[in-house]
Amino acid sequence: MDSEVVFKQEFEINGGDFVNAGESASKLKNILKEIGIDTDIIRRLAIAAYEAEVNVVTYARHGIMRILIYPEKILLTVEDEGQGIKDIDLAMQPGYSTATDEIREMGFGAGLGLPNMKKNADIFNISSTVDKGTKLEITMNLNDKNVRD
Amino acid sequence: MPEEKIKLSEVIKQLNLKIECREQFLDKEIQGGYVSDLLSDVMANCKEGYIWITLQGHPNIVAVAVLKEVAGIVIINNRKPEEETIKKAEAEKLPIMTSSLTAFELVGKLYELGISG
Ligand SMILES: Nc1ncnc2c1ncn2[C@@H]1O[C@H](COP(=O)(O)OP(=O)(O)OP(=O)(O)O)[C@@H](O)[C@H]1O
Ligand SMILES: [Mg+2]
Repeated sequence: MDSEVVFKQEFEINGGDFVNAGESASKLKNILKEIGIDTDIIRRLAIAAYEAEVNVVTYARHGIMRILIYPEKILLTVEDEGQGIKDIDLAMQPGYSTATDEIREMGFGAGLGLPNMKKNADIFNISSTVDKGTKLEITMNLNDKNVRD
Repeated sequence: MPEEKIKLSEVIKQLNLKIECREQFLDKEIQGGYVSDLLSDVMANCKEGYIWITLQGHPNIVAVAVLKEVAGIVIINNRKPEEETIKKAEAEKLPIMTSSLTAFELVGKLYELGISG
């Protein structure tokens, strides 16, 4: 059984809103700093959260990012309603991207977001249904020294 | 041996960079530099306190720079940041500079000043 949630917060992400993409990840980072989470964990989680957020903005209509902090771990979930991913193994390959030229011009579309998330997460899970949406689960393990109360 | 690091304000003076935001928070030591126009590459590889060299002027460079806690952004090749980019950068106290140099030339000069990747 999971232990008790110490902290919980949700962020909404709007598809197509490139100007504000990254703001949820920024807010999340500030919260983790305030709580006093280990800086290396914050750095890794901020990268994963940013990449997940940008993917929702780029490829989905709407999404919710949730942060759940337990005494022994942080769980970040990002769930979206959108086109979904047909071939997850392919999408996970570095360099694979379906970004349009217009999106690439803004600096997105290197095909590195999902690989970056996986690399920085302690545990990374992704599931997706075409024409419905995608769900990501990123877990970071904490030592109990990481959460002050 | 830890050498003394050059300040952003000194880099701006030496390389004749144009400051696009209000002139503050330039008193930071530059820890290194990174050049890339691919945002997820910057997310993966740029480090805290680095100076980030890019062609991009889109507002999303601010979110990336703030998350990575870079010392500042230099937009090269005479490109200009969008107005929204400057607004966001000012709100985040993030210095944005521009240069007429190419990435190659600018990085060469940064190396001469003792900044490396
Ligand atoms: N939330 C999502 N919904 C639908 N498709 C997605 C989603 N996230 C990723 N994809 C698909 O997986 C591909 C790879 O994603 P990834 O984040 O690795 O790279 P990218 O977004 O194309 O480029 P980068 O993240 O480097 O800017 C995307 O091009 C897209 O086709
Ligand atoms: Mg991506």
